[in-house]
Amino acid sequence: MDIRSLTIEAARSSIQERKTTALALAEAHYERIQKEDGQIGAFLTLSKERALEQADRMDRLAAEGKPLPALGGVPVGIKDVMSTRGLRTTAGSKILEHYIPPYDCTAVARLEAAGAVVLGKLNCDEFAMGSSNENSAYRPVRNPRDLSRVPGGSSGGSAAAVAADMAVATLGSDTGGSIRQPASFCGVAGLMPTYGRVSRYGLIAFASSLDHIGPLTKTVKDAAIMLRTIAGRDPMDSTSADLPVPDYVAELERPIKGLKLGVAKEYFGEGLDDEVRHAVESAIEKLKTLGCEIVPVSLPHTPYAIPTYYLIATAEASANLARYDGVRYTIRARGVKTLSEMYRRSRDEGFGAEVKRRIMLGTYALSAGYYDAYYLKAQKVRTLLTRDFEEAFRKVDAIVTPTSPTAAFRLGEKSNDPLAMYLADIYTVTADLAGIPGISIPCGETKDKLPIGLQILGKHFDEATILRVAHAYEQAS
Amino acid sequence: MKVSEKDVGYVADLANLELTADERVSMVRDLNSILEYVDRLNELDTSNVPPMAQVSDRYGVDESKQGSERFAYASREDIVEGLRKSLPHAEALANAPDADEQFFRVPKVIER
Repeated sequence: MDIRSLTIEAARSSIQERKTTALALAEAHYERIQKEDGQIGAFLTLSKERALEQADRMDRLAAEGKPLPALGGVPVGIKDVMSTRGLRTTAGSKILEHYIPPYDCTAVARLEAAGAVVLGKLNCDEFAMGSSNENSAYRPVRNPRDLSRVPGGSSGGSAAAVAADMAVATLGSDTGGSIRQPASFCGVAGLMPTYGRVSRYGLIAFASSLDHIGPLTKTVKDAAIMLRTIAGRDPMDSTSADLPVPDYVAELERPIKGLKLGVAKEYFGEGLDDEVRHAVESAIEKLKTLGCEIVPVSLPHTPYAIPTYYLIATAEASANLARYDGVRYTIRARGVKTLSEMYRRSRDEGFGAEVKRRIMLGTYALSAGYYDAYYLKAQKVRTLLTRDFEEAFRKVDAIVTPTSPTAAFRLGEKSNDPLAMYLADIYTVTADLAGIPGISIPCGETKDKLPIGLQILGKHFDEATILRVAHAYEQAS
Repeated sequence: MKVSEKDVGYVADLANLELTADERVSMVRDLNSILEYVDRLNELDTSNVPPMAQVSDRYGVDESKQGSERFAYASREDIVEGLRKSLPHAEALANAPDADEQFFRVPKVIER
């Protein structure tokens, strides 16, 4: 069975029409994982029992001639920062090496209620902290397009699994770019919805005002199908928006002629690789031929986005990771005699270097005497960054940018310089800070055949427009 | 050089991290490098800018209301088992490194 380039609808309809079975499809994916994942490292845990039970359920529906739900029998992977009941969830960390959650993440539950077959849990940077998937406590993930290079992060496993056809679609999470950047490095689509569009219940928290769950897929239509399935108010997440979910799939084919697309000069300045610039500029030209009007805009506070992000995200992380203390989540340091020693040693032994660095930075930024200078200051600059977008969106319907300043770099290239790694997020963090949606789609390759990503940013809750533009471009290229 | 080894020690205490000697040294270097970079935020005049604590206080909010009434959409009645059943003890304790039937067990709190 050829599962390469298999999309959600193709998978589901072939099961519905009895051309194949959900069981055969799941097995074909496990065979592929067996063959390819030794080199790639995308999966941390496989869930064969759960997958085959679900596949069987879908096959019985098909056999009875009943209509399959939207993701009926579709093999998916879930980033290991989302809790799955009864299935080990590690957040890419040793501190959760044996953790078995007693509940499901809402987004996962919604996918499974729609018939999705969860193949397993995907590798990621530890606690979603990283831009290369080199911070996983287990092993790095390698880019399926070039195994000497990173897949991007922190949802490296999610992007690699789709790129290597080891899953039809995956869920990732994005706090500073962690869905979009790996999507661009691996040549797949990656959607970060508006903050509050998708419930965060069951997402192991990194930075609560910046975390998002979103899909990584082979096509824009698949991203729309996934979003339609997982979006919507969840009483278990009070930050989830009480707003209706449009039919993103029905909206896809609406014409894009006449839409105004903003191009911000701050995203095309120094540091942008020439090949990336060229590919993105060509993509913008293409969108122009499809009838879009290109409007120059300015997002003047862009140079301040990275410092703002790394103060807010780390401060929130220091609070969210305080719970990993040796008391409740399986791992406790040995030979500890006092409570204090238990906390300190369990955490020091269980967390990796990048996690510790961010906890320290965040704690410092919140500590007495420094709170105003760092955390509060960053929150104010966050307002300025958000106002930049509000201003721009008065003139345009969406903004197009490169997703990342470069294509995938080599493993080890940036891992010795934390700041250099942080600077790679420059085009993605702004959307997380403002809470707006963004999608990355492939728009060409470097001369070394590495994928390049085009990012489309939209207004709050206007995923329909960015999906439409992305879909039109994808169909035309 | 903003942050000294003493500062790192103090912050590590706050964060409940027992850093090794090597970790303390690289932490001084890394924190200073990052803090030097984030200092550029001071180039911006934010004296009249309100802080943005969270993104979602605009969703579903009734702007005409004040205080906790504004966020009524996000809250519910304080009743036992309002949204779903509580986890049974055994499940809640299943991931514990050390527990009895009722509680998580930890080393003594008071050192005597």
